[in-house]
Amino acid sequence: MITAERKPLSEIKEMIAPYKKILVAGCGSCVAECASGGEKEVGLLASALRMDAKMEGRRIEVNEITLDRQCVYEFIDQLTGLVGQFDAILSLGCGAGVQALADVFAGVIILPALNTTFIGQTKEAGLWIENCRACGDCKLGYFAAVCPITRCAKGLFNGPCGGSKDGKCETDPDAPCAWQLIIERLDKAGRLDLLQNVYPPADWSKQQGKGPRKIHREDQSI
Amino acid sequence: MKTDSRLKRVLEKGHFAVTAECGPPKGADPKVIKSKGKILKGFVDSVNVTDNQTGVVRLSSLAACVLLKKEGLDPVLQMTTRDRNRIALQSDILGASALGIRNVLCLSGDHQSFGNQPQAKGVFDVDSVQLIQLVRQMRDNGVILGGDKLSEPPRLFIGAVANPFADPFAYRAIRLGKKVAAGAEFIQTQCIYNLTRFNEWMDKVRDLGLDEKVYILGGITPLKSARMAEFMSKQVAGMDVPDEIINRMKSIPAREQRQEGLKIAIETIQALKEAQGVHGVHIMAIEWEEAVPQLIEAAKLFPRPQV
Repeated sequence: MITAERKPLSEIKEMIAPYKKILVAGCGSCVAECASGGEKEVGLLASALRMDAKMEGRRIEVNEITLDRQCVYEFIDQLTGLVGQFDAILSLGCGAGVQALADVFAGVIILPALNTTFIGQTKEAGLWIENCRACGDCKLGYFAAVCPITRCAKGLFNGPCGGSKDGKCETDPDAPCAWQLIIERLDKAGRLDLLQNVYPPADWSKQQGKGPRKIHREDQSI
Repeated sequence: MKTDSRLKRVLEKGHFAVTAECGPPKGADPKVIKSKGKILKGFVDSVNVTDNQTGVVRLSSLAACVLLKKEGLDPVLQMTTRDRNRIALQSDILGASALGIRNVLCLSGDHQSFGNQPQAKGVFDVDSVQLIQLVRQMRDNGVILGGDKLSEPPRLFIGAVANPFADPFAYRAIRLGKKVAAGAEFIQTQCIYNLTRFNEWMDKVRDLGLDEKVYILGGITPLKSARMAEFMSKQVAGMDVPDEIINRMKSIPAREQRQEGLKIAIETIQALKEAQGVHGVHIMAIEWEEAVPQLIEAAKLFPRPQV
């Protein structure tokens, strides 16, 4: 899923400072799953903004709504007819959600309340780790299902660098060395022979070659 | 034809090679490089110039190599994949060759988070093994990545690094094998303080027959103090300084510790001269270049051969 973290309240306050009527719009998908932009977080942020305004003697109206998904038109449609009542929409969607709202409601002020962070996995309650960079050319099959682009700090394709120690990455003593994991997993699978291959440079054009990427499937079009 | 790389000639003639490292200054003054070059001239076969070592901005490796070349030394251009994409790497390789540089050392580089630009975007477009292969293909086949032909191939003796002390240990010799398969012709290792572990690694290297395919130069860094030994042991990634060495340094009065550091270095060089499959030493006297001539003479590696 896509993970995100809420921006600091001070930054959100600065963004919404010029506006009096604000709609806080959450998203029930990924950002709800990672506890940063779902219904609960929308409620918490809206209350925090109301309380803060009250304490500082400012008048502000903050309303709440949480869409099932902010990045899909069918769900965004719930806001049609509503957005005009507000000076600004404070989105708790990921970057795709924020931009989808802006795409639909031209001329409406859409502001991000989250920092979209990474594609990751829920490792345990309250812990998310990045494990995919969406490079567009998945090579997990060669690397024992551990992505070296994402999980090795240097994105190496041909084995660990000289800084790996006790199974940890030199850049972060809490982070496992991706190559240690790859080697251990290949060993368990009896596929250590895969380590001897010299893997060629990645084709980054599949990720960032020509601006934003697009998937267009005729079979899915109406 | 006689190759322009002194390092290559020395190794091919079967001499025990001596290279040293030279860190460029954090500024534009060419005198620093020239004076370091003067200290080392005649005592070493080649001088490595580090490439923004530890991710700290310094005078460029290529520029420093040219300055050393003008002083009559044989420079080794260190090139990290951290700061350049494949276009810049290939361009700099051609530039280096055109400027008369004859040795290149291919490495991924220290991660940018350790340096003075931690907000930098690390490039790592290719990795060190891919860089070795790329330079080899440019030189031997006259082509760049993607197959376009070069009007003139670069003339470079190709080096790489190995760290026998990093984990996972069992994989370290295999990784060396990969670098050799990719086209590395000489290898410089991480600083050796744990000879036992180095010898274990060399056993594996010999088992794989790699010592016959590539020239291996053992890394030497003379310790300046017990504090330095402790710092390297605890703070520097991929370093292995055994307690035995730290305790030995600690047992000596502070003002004599530099001498003890040199003594340890000399002993290590002697051990490497005896080791089968080790073809030389690479001295990394971090900001202590004045020690290098003394060390080389004491280790009976002077005078250097005429090749």
